[in-house]
Amino acid sequence: MRFFHLAVMALTVLSRPALAQEISTFKLENGMEIVVIEDHRAPVVVHMVWYRAGAADEKPGVSGVAHFLEHLLFKATDTLKSGELSDTVAANGGSDNAFTSWDYTAYFQRVAADRLDLMMTMESDRMRNLRLTEEDIATERDVIIEERNTRTENSPDALFGEQRRAALYLNHAYGIPVIGWKHEMEKLDLPEVLAFYKQFYAPNNAILVVAGDVQPDEVLAMAKAHYGPLAPTVDLPKRARPTEPPQLAERRMAYEDPRISDPYVIRTYLAPERNSGDQKKAAALVMLAQLLGGDANTSYLGRKLQFETQTAVYTSAFYSGKSLDATTFGLVIVPSHDVSLADAEKALDDTVVAFIKDGVDLEQLARIKMQLRASTIYEADDVQSLARRYGSALTSGLTIKDVQDWPDVLQAVTPEEIIDAAALLLDKKRAVTGWLSAPKKEGASQ
Amino acid sequence: MIPIKAFVAAAVLIVSTTTAWAEVRIQEVVSPGGITAWLVEEHSIPFTALEILFKGGASLEPAGKRGATNLMTALLEEGAGDMDSRAFAAAADGLAASYGFDVYDDSLSISAKFLTENRDQAIDLLRLALTEPRFDQDAIDRVRAQVVSVINSNLLDPGKIAGRTFDQLAFAGHPYASSRDGTLETVAALTREDLIAAKNGVMARDRIYVGVVGDITPDELGKLLDTLLGGLPETGAPVPDMAEYQLKGGITVVPFDTPQSVVRFGVEGIARDDDDFFAAYVMNTIFGGSGRQSRLMEEVREKRGLTYGVYTYLVPMDYGALYLGSVSSANDRVGQAIDVIRDEWAKLAKDGVTAEELASAKTYLTGAYPLRFDGNGPIAEIMVGMQKTGLPLDYIATRNDRINAITLDDIKRVSKRILRPENLHFVVVGKPEGVESSE
Repeated sequence: MRFFHLAVMALTVLSRPALAQEISTFKLENGMEIVVIEDHRAPVVVHMVWYRAGAADEKPGVSGVAHFLEHLLFKATDTLKSGELSDTVAANGGSDNAFTSWDYTAYFQRVAADRLDLMMTMESDRMRNLRLTEEDIATERDVIIEERNTRTENSPDALFGEQRRAALYLNHAYGIPVIGWKHEMEKLDLPEVLAFYKQFYAPNNAILVVAGDVQPDEVLAMAKAHYGPLAPTVDLPKRARPTEPPQLAERRMAYEDPRISDPYVIRTYLAPERNSGDQKKAAALVMLAQLLGGDANTSYLGRKLQFETQTAVYTSAFYSGKSLDATTFGLVIVPSHDVSLADAEKALDDTVVAFIKDGVDLEQLARIKMQLRASTIYEADDVQSLARRYGSALTSGLTIKDVQDWPDVLQAVTPEEIIDAAALLLDKKRAVTGWLSAPKKEGASQ
Repeated sequence: MIPIKAFVAAAVLIVSTTTAWAEVRIQEVVSPGGITAWLVEEHSIPFTALEILFKGGASLEPAGKRGATNLMTALLEEGAGDMDSRAFAAAADGLAASYGFDVYDDSLSISAKFLTENRDQAIDLLRLALTEPRFDQDAIDRVRAQVVSVINSNLLDPGKIAGRTFDQLAFAGHPYASSRDGTLETVAALTREDLIAAKNGVMARDRIYVGVVGDITPDELGKLLDTLLGGLPETGAPVPDMAEYQLKGGITVVPFDTPQSVVRFGVEGIARDDDDFFAAYVMNTIFGGSGRQSRLMEEVREKRGLTYGVYTYLVPMDYGALYLGSVSSANDRVGQAIDVIRDEWAKLAKDGVTAEELASAKTYLTGAYPLRFDGNGPIAEIMVGMQKTGLPLDYIATRNDRINAITLDDIKRVSKRILRPENLHFVVVGKPEGVESSE
């Protein structure tokens, strides 16, 4: 066990690294926020625009419109031909893409630092000047339906995930898939797309994140020139989504699909998210997920269900705190071949109860905190993921300060706070339990 | 092991190569024990990325032992020396070091990341995994069950079925024909002795390549290499024969009940050391390799909305080569997607590309190249790939010149040589409407 002692010594040696990236923030007169992250190791820049508009901001009945619009933003503007933006990025050796979530839509290019001005020219153009045609709509709608086929229809896990999520959120739009329900996607048309675009794609609803080999004052000057003249959306409504009513009834779902090889049990609970100035509870849930179901070799579920007994081939606990509204905490168990789903679920429940009774393994907590501390060193090597972190935080109700405080909030989590947070897992009224399996075959041997 | 040059400081050869934007200063370090590594010193962040590659990989295992290398690799982190799997994981977690082990048809790779301040402990732990893995029976059984779960899941995954079917048809009789995961039968039969044999066959010093980027000096690296790798066997298993490509043109439908058909298509490819490889690389970029800008994306997705993505890729393996593509399309539209791809394939084979296409592919490829060198881990991986391919230390500086030297005639020649429309074969997994197997 000598390595164990070395590891504990290392805990005391590693001081907080003096690696905090140079972060500068600005705000344009039209309301656009700007975050600049400097990294001068290579002459490269990541240019991102994040909109505080995602699938959970859609009106009822037009699910998928936020993501559909993301696709359509690569079509023509007054000055750019359809596809020209991406062609121009590629011709400059760069790469570009976009992504949509419930809380945000974001567009980015990664390119040589001296091409930043060109990127801003094009990105600012499509914020307000998109010119869509009926043909764009018809063809691209086929593309997003094929995307849904690839991501969801061809995947029983994804199909079941959609159903479970819809059951978990009784009232909030987080229960609707980002890509959209298929029957609603098939009807999406130009007016719905333009309504979403005109309301949300505006400088006062956008955050510019520039990361890489740049000087903050130069970025600001460039942003003023390109984004500064854009008109804000007046009377942009506050992002107040429908909230969850008291959840009083446990929900259970079973889904059978012949494309499933190994059946499993998965449960998701409604859980608190990170809130600005109030991230303690979320931090405790991050630690809980790690302790309970992080590394299979060292986590509580892994040890009890995969090592001490061979109840499961896989167990996990997962939680993501970055969310504008209530998020989810999940548990999953893939039972061993001869264990039924009912027995697996019971073993999972018993193990969670035992975890709470046993209390936190202090050595394991120290190791997790050590890893989190070290991750700030490893992350300094990847400026694009830093840019993403700030963009996703600022579109999820957090501030720059919240992002910067987060490592300390995590380090400060106490064992008592983790056990308190675990009480969440005992309340199945605020959870959906799902069983996924293949239909029984006639005369099958097993 | 016996040091070749005991107590001699690491020998260092430096080649600086300045690309258009960034400077990557590669040093060739030879350890006192005679192990070579390529190093880029980067002291601004206190950690090091280490990439190790053993040439050979899963193709070295005997036919009846398919899956042995994969299972062995998965067990390297499951206990070593006097530590069981839990103690090993706890030690790695406590050091905040990360070790990744991956097995491929032609290689086994190790990607490690560790802090400067506990580097010696992190390396000692990795050394134990590489030289004294325990392969305890309970760990074997536990990980075997996980592998079985993966195999079962892949049997019902349309993308995996398509890939496996194409490989079987293309390379019957060769290790490339089957999945390196093994089959339910071969994996069930694997013993501890098989795993030890697989390890000694694959992880030997006569086939090792090392790339290192980070907060470490040549002298420190030299010592580290001997500590870490000195205990491995000198020689490993013999390499396999060349794989003979056996697939003719046509269509193979694998019936599978799912809404969207998944298609794998292709012909025989071109070796990485072929004189025409760069021409083929540029051709592929234009045809289906560059994402949104490619001909196939334009024709199949942008113009017709038949798919979310269509891609082609050169697969130059050590003992055989493929030129492959993939597309997914709803069962009632996949026939149309196949027709469009077939037409584009024939058109490219006959006419090559336009001067404008070639010019923009060159700007894209030469501009994108420096962007690959973004971070310690990616650079270490690139350096290992260069060594495995036999590229010289100054390759990075010359690579864009090689791309720029490609002419329209080069593309025309290589298109004709590789594409051969009569040989194009499609494997379609799904319930495609109006698409049937040939013969």
